[in-house]
Amino acid sequence: MAQRHDPRLPILAERDLGKTPVIECKKLGIDFGGLTAVDDFNITVGQTEIAGLIGPNGAGKTTIFNLLTKVYLPTRGSMYLNGSDTRDMNTIAANRAGIARTFQNIRLFKELTVLENVLVGLHNKMSYKLPEAVLRLPSYWREERKTREKALDLLSIFDMQDLHGAKAGSLPYGSQRRLEIVRALATDPIILLLDEPAAGMNPSETGELMKNIIKIRDTFHIAVLLIEHDMHLVMNVCEVVGVLNYGRLIAKGSPKEIQDDPLVIEAYLGKKGET
Amino acid sequence: MKALTLKMPVRYAINTVLLALLLLAGSALLSAGVFGRAQTSVIMQIGVYIILAVSLNVATGYLGQLPLGHAGFMAVGAYAGAILWKALPEGSLSAVAGIIFGGITAAVFGLIIGIPALRLKGDYLAIITLGFGEIIRIAIVNLSGITGGAPGLKKIPKYSNFTLVYICVILTCVIIHMFMKSRHGRAILSIRENEIAAESCGVNTTYYKVMAFTASAFFAGIAGTLYAGNQGIIAPSEFGFLKSIDILVMVVLGGMGSMIGSIVSAAVLTALPLFLQSSLKGFNDYRMIIYSLLLILVMIFKPSGLFGTYDFSLSFLIEKLGVKKSAKGEKQDGAKA
Repeated sequence: MAQRHDPRLPILAERDLGKTPVIECKKLGIDFGGLTAVDDFNITVGQTEIAGLIGPNGAGKTTIFNLLTKVYLPTRGSMYLNGSDTRDMNTIAANRAGIARTFQNIRLFKELTVLENVLVGLHNKMSYKLPEAVLRLPSYWREERKTREKALDLLSIFDMQDLHGAKAGSLPYGSQRRLEIVRALATDPIILLLDEPAAGMNPSETGELMKNIIKIRDTFHIAVLLIEHDMHLVMNVCEVVGVLNYGRLIAKGSPKEIQDDPLVIEAYLGKKGET
Repeated sequence: MKALTLKMPVRYAINTVLLALLLLAGSALLSAGVFGRAQTSVIMQIGVYIILAVSLNVATGYLGQLPLGHAGFMAVGAYAGAILWKALPEGSLSAVAGIIFGGITAAVFGLIIGIPALRLKGDYLAIITLGFGEIIRIAIVNLSGITGGAPGLKKIPKYSNFTLVYICVILTCVIIHMFMKSRHGRAILSIRENEIAAESCGVNTTYYKVMAFTASAFFAGIAGTLYAGNQGIIAPSEFGFLKSIDILVMVVLGGMGSMIGSIVSAAVLTALPLFLQSSLKGFNDYRMIIYSLLLILVMIFKPSGLFGTYDFSLSFLIEKLGVKKSAKGEKQDGAKA
């Protein structure tokens, strides 16, 4: 597991991460009935920072994503998105405030085309009203054309612009994951949450994905928080890593620090002397 | 050889011309007396059921919900429109006013039911609309002062003629088509495909669910009014649960999410039973059995319905013909229109 931090990345301390963190969680926690799924979760993600969240299965990583995107409402604690309290937000409001995500089990609009998937992501970037659409007024044509161009631009990040007419459900697995990222980017977020983006990808696809995550950060100037089991990806792309076990953050720091943390080694490999 | 694609304004122009020609041809045939009174009534009923199926398709096929009370909205529209018609002096303006009033009244009911029902996830809408359909029927029976009660509302002015029904059918299809091919329509489709993903894309799911459901109710109301104007007499027993199922069968058979599917199966399933009823004795007793068998067969052999989600435009025909002509000598395009 000993991997060095990718030298291509600028060092965290040298970059201006902005004054207000993009996401700040304070003592966030959620119970499902009597079960505490996440407790005392504190994290800050700075602007344009790439952060990772790792941990064994069932540690609560996806639950945290659902808390951040307001799919679940926290039992305790608070969360700030770009400095503003998210207490009264729902999933839709959280997205409009700048949080976008992908899903562990891909949730594309399978029967729609690739282009239409991205256009749904751009839904709130259009402003024509229903009568304008039904009467096909010039504002409809103008906005539809502009948005379509923007969608094709976004698809070109992953070289998918030629696939725009294909049904999303017919794409190969890796392309579906990439399309989900494009759709999330289309909502113009300030932070992108990626839930196991490399799941099911082969090593060369993962390598491509790593480059693309950095490229996305650099072109869109957004923060990225990702959940991943592929340690190669996490250790090379993330600037900070949090380790979750049994719903609690047991370690936080640079990839190097995490690798040497005895608690993390224990969570992943078990205690010394145990069989 | 790539298919010939026409620019959108050209397509719209072609479609408009073709639809106008159809209207002229239809009214010419009718005024020439090719069809008898009974057959004209059947043609009008086909129009009414096309509107009903196409409008239910918005809620079922596009939005992915399962309303079981479409006949309830039809009844609301029929009674609201007919009562207004009876109150207004005769004239074409009153005819239009009644239709719009029928649609709007049904839409208001759609809104009242849709807002609480669609805030919930899952199958609540089916149960609530099922109840609504029955409540409306019973309410009509009991409000006999206004609605005429169980014997029905009589002496409704027979405003529905071929031109009016035809125009209503076309307007319904065109408006729904324009609606679906916009950001609003895409939002509705995205809810059907994956509600959680739609929300995480910032789509206000409750708003769009209510919008689609209300639009569906609105057009059902219009169909109801036209139905009243065709029959001249309406009774609450006509708008029972089985009527809702009839309409649902049309949508499912034609293919959920396909407008042309709804149109074709509405036309066939309206005309065929009426035809068989007169030629085969006792057909009506077995109608539901045949429907169920038909549905089972469709579910086994073509679960997406006869047309799937395939959609169709008249200008498409022209495009295909254009390809055939320009492709002469070259490789023939195998696609059939």
